[in-house]
Formats: sequence, structure tokens, C-alpha cells
Amino acid sequence: MKSSDIKQFLGLNALRLCMAVVLLILFVIFYDIISKGAGKISWAFLSQPPRNGMTEGGIFPAIVGTFCVTVITAVFAIPFGVGCAIYLNEYAKDSWITRAIRMAIRNLSGVPSIVYGLFGVVLFVNMMQFGTCILSAGLTLGLMTLPWTITASEEALKSIPNAYREGSLALGATKWQAIRTNVLPYAVPGMLTGSILGLARAAGETAPILFTGAAFSLPILPSSVKDQFMALPYHLYIMSTQHQAIVKVRPIAYGTALVLIALVFFMNFGAVVLRYHLRKQKKD
Amino acid sequence: MEQGRKMVEVMNFNFFYGHAQCLKNISFDIAAHQVTSIIGPSGCGKSTFLRCLNRMNDLIPSARMEGSIKIDGQDISAPGLDVVSLRKKVGMVFQKPNPFPKSIFDNVAYGLRINGTVDKHIGDKVEESLKNAVLWDEVKSRLHESALSLSGGQQQRLCVARALAIAPEIVLMDEPASALDPVATAKLEELIIRLKQKYTIIIVTHNMQQAARISDMTAFFMQGDLVEFGLTNQIFTRPKKQITEEYITGRFG
Repeated sequence: MKSSDIKQFLGLNALRLCMAVVLLILFVIFYDIISKGAGKISWAFLSQPPRNGMTEGGIFPAIVGTFCVTVITAVFAIPFGVGCAIYLNEYAKDSWITRAIRMAIRNLSGVPSIVYGLFGVVLFVNMMQFGTCILSAGLTLGLMTLPWTITASEEALKSIPNAYREGSLALGATKWQAIRTNVLPYAVPGMLTGSILGLARAAGETAPILFTGAAFSLPILPSSVKDQFMALPYHLYIMSTQHQAIVKVRPIAYGTALVLIALVFFMNFGAVVLRYHLRKQKKD
Repeated sequence: MEQGRKMVEVMNFNFFYGHAQCLKNISFDIAAHQVTSIIGPSGCGKSTFLRCLNRMNDLIPSARMEGSIKIDGQDISAPGLDVVSLRKKVGMVFQKPNPFPKSIFDNVAYGLRINGTVDKHIGDKVEESLKNAVLWDEVKSRLHESALSLSGGQQQRLCVARALAIAPEIVLMDEPASALDPVATAKLEELIIRLKQKYTIIIVTHNMQQAARISDMTAFFMQGDLVEFGLTNQIFTRPKKQITEEYITGRFG
């Protein structure tokens, strides 16, 4: 074998090894959670509240709580994110200020989630007097998701050919008409996909909701956005580290982890399906 | 007939991208109801000039103009000008066919709808525009199919129809046939000659034979200067300037 062939062989297999290690880790995590959690999944587990000091029963309130808080997050993060993206991509002139704004947004997505959590306590819980509740937690997660929705929406807008804008302007459209009728409709699939991915990430976060509204255990479901709530990631954290009968509740922790992973997976999967359908619709 | 009326009057017009001057002291008049070709080698400023006429260059942040261009007596380089109404009056067809990813019908109706035409008139106007663009017979049975399903030549005629729908007085065409095959090009050229009865056509073209075939007047641009402007026939048979002759005989460019 020539030395160039050997290098080729080694290089390729080194890359394969990297891939295999990553897949192996992923597989181990999934295997562990599914093998230990699947047995716990039942209709009762999904539809009942915890009982007997959270050693029995299900996780229904945590599912409802995570759902509610994610809705608040979406209602806040998607309109503001899309709005910012439209401004940045369509209206803002390319100057050092807009470049600085963009860089700040990129950096925000790297801020640790506990920092958002504490910021949420100061801003929403204390200053704005919302208290610890779904609203505060949802808005905190919304802040955390904003950089994602802005970036995803901006990428979606960038992918729309300039010919659509020019073609529309040349027909006597105002800038806003051109954007609204001939840019936004085609950018929606990309915007939605990016936003859902951001939301899926938010739904799995613990730190931002820890001090802003998630409760250890609640006997009843929240009845308004000003109520505290149980959430899947926080419930998982409690069941695996904070509970007094930690070994006894381990299956519940695994079951919760599995539900959480499934939820995030379905959201991501839903985003892909949605994008596929919207794209297909536009082409027809 | 208002033939011979001055539609566009260009006076000492300069155009800059940042510090680079792209058009230098251009002055000439374009008559109504004629086809005027603008020819010249790449980078001579011909497309830039065309895009000044409907202020499309406004989209470029560093663009700046000096001097005046009057369309129908109105100075369009004035800062306070209503660009939207200018663009309704001065339609444009781009180099690459750019149908929107909508139905054929919706493409033509697009300009009507954003200009607030009431729905019941839209159908008639779409039909009329498609007929004017000699596309009606080819698409009348499939108006609600995607415009992207049309051939390149049909797409370009659709873009012409779309521009005509909002009843402009001038139609600008920026190398409209450069992406088309010879048959589609011939159809488009035929259409352009027909259109001059109703509209004033200004066309930028790389193709000198095309300019000779379809235009009444020809302007030769080079490196930002208007070298020569006159009757197409005269420019192509008895150019006044040496450099014009060298260009049209293919010695450079």
C-alpha cells in the first residue's frame, strides 16, 4: 500500500470512530432511559397526579404545567422574534450598530440558562410583581428562546430571493407591502421550524423555571397564568435528587425522563413535518 | 398621435455607488411610443441607468444621484418624490424571469391587488394583460396552476403581463431575453415591437442584433459615458464615433 493510501485509510477511519463514539453515547442514554422508563409508562401514569408524597401516581400536572408554560413562551418569543428578524433583515441598514446588535443576539443564545432564571426572578417576579407563576416562568423561557427565534427567522428571510422583493417593489408595492405579501409568506416555514426547535429546548429547561414559578408538588392543576405549576424537567430533577425516598421513586424519574424526551422529540419531529408540508404547499 | 413627445428627459445626470462614479454627465431624451435600446459592454452603466428610471437603485444604501431625470415633465430624482407612484408609472421586467411562486392568475393580479383594485375588475384586467403579453392562449386553460410550471419564455412574458397589468406608461426591460432560447427570444421581441403602440419601451441589451431588430433609437454607453445616441438605423450603419463602430462591429466587448 502506498503511504497516501494508508493516510486515506487512517483518516477515514478516524472520522468513522468519532461518529461511532457520538452514536454510542446517544444510544447508551436512550437505552438506559427507555429500558428503565418504558415499564412505567401507562395511561394512569400520564393522566394521574402524584400520590403518597410523590412515591406513587403519575405526572399529569407536570405535563400540563410544561404545556402551559411553553404556550406562554411561544406567545412571547415568536411574535417578538419574528418582528426583530424582519426589522434586522429587511429594514436595518448594515452599520456597525446592527452588526453589534446581531452579535449581541448570537451571544445571548450562549448565556447560561440559570442566568436567565435569576434575571427572570428580578424582572418578572419582583419588579413587575407577577410573583412565581406560569407567566413569569413562561416569559423567562421566552427571553431565553428569543435569540433562537430571531436567528432562525432571519435565516428564513435571508433565504428568500431578492427578486421577490424587487419584483414586488417594481409593481408599485411599498416596502411593507412587498415584505408582507411577497416575502413573509415564503419565510413562514423556516421561521416556524426554527421557533419550534427553540421552544422544544425551552420546554426541557429547568434552571429558568426553578425560581420563577415551578413548584415542588401541587395537588391541583393551575387555573390561571398567575398560579404556580409543576413541570416535567423540574419534576425529574426532584425525583432524581431531592426526594426523601430516592431509590423508591427512581422508576418515576425514569418515566418522567422518557416522557420529556418524547415530548421534545415530537416537537422537533413536528417541526420537520410542518416545514415539509408548508414547502410542498408553496410549490403546488 | 403623441409620437415624438418627450417621455424621458435626462439632463447632466451623474450616478455614484459610494465614491465610484458609474454614470457621467448623461444627457438625452427618450420619445414616447418608441423602443429605445441601451447597448454597451458589461459594466458600462446601462443597467444602472435603467434602474435609475424607476428608482430601483434606492435599495442600494451607498447609491447617490446628481442632475435630473424628468419623466413626463416630473423630476424623479427629487428627494421628496413618491417612489411608489413612480413605479406604477414605470414598470420593469428583470433579466432573469422572476415569477412569484403563486398561480399564473395571482402573479398578474399581484400589482392590481396591492394597488387596491376591487376584486370584480381583477379577472378582466388579468385577461387583458395576458392578451397584451401574447400569453393568454397558452395559459387560459390553466390560470390557477403555479407560474413556476411555465417555460422560461412564458415566465418572462408573464412578467411582462404582470408589469402591464398596472397600466404603466413606460416599461423598462433589463436584458429580458438573456436567459431565453432563440424561439422564446423571437416571441418576446415580437411582443416588444407590438407593445410600443401603447407603451414607451426602454430595453437594455447585450445583444446588438436584438437592438437592431427591435428598437427605433439606440444609446451606446461605455464606462459610464453616453458615447452616442441616435436612430438605431444610423447607429448601426453610419456611427459617428470610431468607438461606436468598433463596438458594433465586434472589435471589443
